[in-house]
Amino acid sequence: MPHARLDLNKPTGDAVKTTTCYMCACRCGIRVHLDDGRVRYIDGNPRHPVNRGVICAKGSAGIMQHYSPARLSKPLLRVGERGAREFREIEWDEALALAAQWLGDIRARNPEELAFFTGRDQSQALTGWWAQQFGTINYAAHGGFCSVNMAAAGMYTLGGSFWEFGEPDWDLTRYLMLWGVAEDHDSNPIKLGLGKLKARGAKIVAINPVRTGYGAIADEWVPINPGTDGLLAGALIHELLHADRIDLDYLVRYTNAHHLVIRAPGAADDGMVARDADGHALCAARGDDAQARIVRADAIGIAPLVVGEARLADGRAAVPAFQLFAERYMAADYAPNAVANACGVDAGTIRRLARELAEVAFEQAIRLPQRWTDAWGREHAEMIGRPVAMHAMRGISAHANGFHTCRTLHLLQMILGAIDTPGSFRYQPPYPKSAPPPNRPGKARKETGALDAGPLGYVHAPEDLVVDAHGEPRRIDKAFSWQHPFAAHGMLQNVIANACAGDPYRIDTLFLFMANMGWNSAMNTSATRAMLCERDPASGEYRIPHLIYADAYDSETVAFADLVLPDTTYLERHDCISLLDRPISDADGASDAIRQPVVSLDRDVRPFQDVLLDLGARLRLPGLVDERGAAKYPRGYAQYMVEHERAPGVGLLAGWRGADGAHDGVGTPNPDQLARYVEHGCHWHRAVPAAGRYYKMANRDYLEWAKSLAFVGSTQPIVLQFYAETLQRFRLAARGHGAMQPPERDRARVERYFDPLPFHYPLAGEAAEGGSGEASSQDSPRPGPLAQAGEGVKDYPLAAITQRPMFMYHAWGSQNRWLRQIATRNYLYLNPHTAADNGVADGDWIWLVAPRGRIRVQARTHAGTAPGTVWTWNAIGKRKGAWKLAADAPENVDGFLLNHLIDESLRDRDGRARYANADPVTGQAAWFDLRVRIERDAEPRRAGHRIELAGNAG
Amino acid sequence: MTTLPPPTAKKLGLVIDLDTCVGCHACAVACKEWNDGGEFGPLPDADPYGAQPNGVWFNRVHSYAVEQATGRGTRELTVHFPRSCLHCETPACVTVCPTGASYKRAEDGIVLVDADKCIGCQLCAWACPYGAREFNMERGTMQKCTLCVDRIYNETLDEADRQPACVMACPTRARHFGDLGDANSPVSKLVAEREGYALMPEYDYKPVNRYLPPRPRRDGCADAKTKAAPTESLDTAQLPGVLRWLDRVLSR
Repeated sequence: MPHARLDLNKPTGDAVKTTTCYMCACRCGIRVHLDDGRVRYIDGNPRHPVNRGVICAKGSAGIMQHYSPARLSKPLLRVGERGAREFREIEWDEALALAAQWLGDIRARNPEELAFFTGRDQSQALTGWWAQQFGTINYAAHGGFCSVNMAAAGMYTLGGSFWEFGEPDWDLTRYLMLWGVAEDHDSNPIKLGLGKLKARGAKIVAINPVRTGYGAIADEWVPINPGTDGLLAGALIHELLHADRIDLDYLVRYTNAHHLVIRAPGAADDGMVARDADGHALCAARGDDAQARIVRADAIGIAPLVVGEARLADGRAAVPAFQLFAERYMAADYAPNAVANACGVDAGTIRRLARELAEVAFEQAIRLPQRWTDAWGREHAEMIGRPVAMHAMRGISAHANGFHTCRTLHLLQMILGAIDTPGSFRYQPPYPKSAPPPNRPGKARKETGALDAGPLGYVHAPEDLVVDAHGEPRRIDKAFSWQHPFAAHGMLQNVIANACAGDPYRIDTLFLFMANMGWNSAMNTSATRAMLCERDPASGEYRIPHLIYADAYDSETVAFADLVLPDTTYLERHDCISLLDRPISDADGASDAIRQPVVSLDRDVRPFQDVLLDLGARLRLPGLVDERGAAKYPRGYAQYMVEHERAPGVGLLAGWRGADGAHDGVGTPNPDQLARYVEHGCHWHRAVPAAGRYYKMANRDYLEWAKSLAFVGSTQPIVLQFYAETLQRFRLAARGHGAMQPPERDRARVERYFDPLPFHYPLAGEAAEGGSGEASSQDSPRPGPLAQAGEGVKDYPLAAITQRPMFMYHAWGSQNRWLRQIATRNYLYLNPHTAADNGVADGDWIWLVAPRGRIRVQARTHAGTAPGTVWTWNAIGKRKGAWKLAADAPENVDGFLLNHLIDESLRDRDGRARYANADPVTGQAAWFDLRVRIERDAEPRRAGHRIELAGNAG
Repeated sequence: MTTLPPPTAKKLGLVIDLDTCVGCHACAVACKEWNDGGEFGPLPDADPYGAQPNGVWFNRVHSYAVEQATGRGTRELTVHFPRSCLHCETPACVTVCPTGASYKRAEDGIVLVDADKCIGCQLCAWACPYGAREFNMERGTMQKCTLCVDRIYNETLDEADRQPACVMACPTRARHFGDLGDANSPVSKLVAEREGYALMPEYDYKPVNRYLPPRPRRDGCADAKTKAAPTESLDTAQLPGVLRWLDRVLSR
């Protein structure tokens, strides 16, 4: 009977090539199955350490991304007005000559007139280095608007962080707390891990205003009010301290909790750690005679005290950092009853969660029979584990209090003894590094015109800030200024507004790569689009005279470019996922990877990295040309990946180095290196030795291994910064000490936010109620509140947040013909009770009102939403004309962005922009601080998205 | 009318863990991709970049809010539910087929459609209570999940890859493939252990696929009796709380 022509043995194609996915930042290994040069299908590479064969919805849909009609196909030169999408196709020679002319003029005049900002760039080891060689400090990638709060809090506290620098111990943890984790970042490793936890019966707690995805499968959903996670974590700390359920031995061994902090109000070193003449930190320790003595805090075999005032040799008082911490968190303001209302979590739940954490950490402690040697040379027969793991992401990060919130989480982990132990959070090599890592942001130009260091880095002291003689910002985005001293990823979100306002100065060229600043990557999107088209009335020129944009797709931002440099898709180029950039390692091994072209080009486009190297050679940038001025990397990025050395023997790829390809980590360039990668599935993985798998910050077996691979400079233990003395340096400067001090305007702000111990503070929109929000000391003797144009909780009672659906994490996937069938548009989701209170029925069109204006959106009730929160899927809404979508596509007609309502600035009462709408420590864009109210529409069943913005705002 | 084969010993099917499914759609898109270029493809998309994109999918994921009884009332859960052909033992979609296009394989129980015989009458779609059939408007024929029959026996693939695309892709490993006719197979054991169930058994089509229910959740409602909260062990009116650690002997 059946099926005459059924062939169950049909070959799937004529070739299979491995490469690395680029459908999001997860960077999984993929196998591309080809048939006659066409992609037949893409699946996960089972041998790849990131995804172990699985592949997400985006990854499979990569085939449709590759064949998208929205691909650009030729360099474009603008011929109409900005925004009008009128271009002329030009040849690459003309495009590159034009770009080289603009950039060459700038470099001769003032390199800082180039602002080079990359978005979802996975080649920052190249792009950052290129900016350094060009000599501009104005470089950043997308971290400032993504998760720099989490990254910086981690790097300044642990020398590692959640996501790319660490992970939960998926195999051993018994209790996982997910804080503000949407279903996006590190998508497949988290899903694989959750599957393991489920199979083992570990408890998963999702602390999140929204219950979808991971929250849906968690044992417990804690519907917290956005921006109050620090308060909840503080209350958990409060409970653990009062119940004395903490691991003090862990604290004195691996952190600086026992270090003595000088108590000398008014002195230049008040709040700093007491040190001996050689600069060694001191602590009080009990001797054999039970008397306390002051000794070096890094000594071993001592019995440090964690409370009690000590007298220093000079007679001054000092107390252990732990005591300051305990005094803060044992106080009544962090008691469960005191925080319950603000958090939206009842006190009984908070107490129960604290009890569960303690029970798992201490009663279910793990003892792994693994011998290891600590950094001081002492051998241990076993590894003690506290199987409580935490993971945090955007929900913590995208608030203006996210740095301190994330530090609070890290201190909670520390008091449980749950950093890099069996069952807890674990570092991923090359992390941990010293906290903070030693590399400072570059700020001076050498004779060659290159910067003295990469433009991004870690500020350790006021001297490292990138400010002028008056203490004012030198960078266009004001990163590394007194306004945002620890802006380790830069502040891409502020470039356009600042450049347009000439604050702090004007630039000539904005060079963007993969950053959709004309749409969903901008705050205040409508105003930002207007800024890109704004002309100087005096000269008639655009306020930002030149805009070069490089991308593979016809995004909203293309419309504003003067020159468009079309990039390839990820299947058409070489690329590398470098340990010098954002690593893809796991806790048990270091990894890096490459992309290789798996299909040939069918359009006149070029890999952006090749274009950048070409431009650099045309500009004769140091490092990009040889002594005779000839291009050093004429074969493009593939050549650079292999031949470029960042330090002797250290390049972008760690695998198969040395002339014979036999060296890992350090070795001379190997001309056959890429061939070795291709043979090994386009990735390299080197396992951490068994004795080095935990306690990496103080494990000799690990540190020696890490040093051999050039991950760390020495095998000295890395001290966890329970007390962040680095912050105190800034606070002291704000108090009038030292050569580098903040401008008067910023003093109170720096004093307040550079607290060496974490604390919770309400967000700008809540400030009018609490009266303790953003401080501004210039106009009023008492710090007054600043806000996103204004009012507070009473007028805007709801928090408004976004997340990405798992099948569209990262906006470039949303025009994908398969993924858009899953969702062509977004809705505003709200709790049924919130809807009822506001007279809103499921499916009604309503107005969402914020100080900046209002947008008309369609509401859907969703029981998995905290009552005080509304939310939507981000970046599904598109602008008509982009992405080769039909004009009547739902993305254009009904889809919407919340961005229109999010001010890029915090304003004073007169509406003047005072500070970026960002974390005052790190400059992280405060996307999730938005507060709104709901207004009913007279015709709630009449469809139609509208945007109405206040005329005077922005 | 199309006749069914005698009851098959081998019953290939899927076991889908609703406790672990996060609703990410990875299975749905992997399925679409494999089958679009496979023996039963293409899976056409109408209006792919327009106002109403609408394509053929053999597997779709839905999300539902459901109430679950607890020791203290009910809790609401969000359940993600992947839906595809259940490869029933006595499928009405086959018996209703006037041409023999819809058929059940005797060797493994997989239900397939032979497009060459399909006249597009869509009786099978009406007969299937699970909504597992997808009509190809371009070709005028019916399509459905094939359990990747062109993968699972395909000797040109590595043995490890001879699994349905959805199972290979699933990032939480919530999908399992095997012989549910063999009580000792890993999938059958999983079903026994986790009390896997068939969808809508009252129709008596005897679905082969099984769903594993959400495990009991351990939240505040889980346990009617609560253990005592950790309590302050010190009289803090007499002594500041931090001084409790004054006499603690620690070692570094």
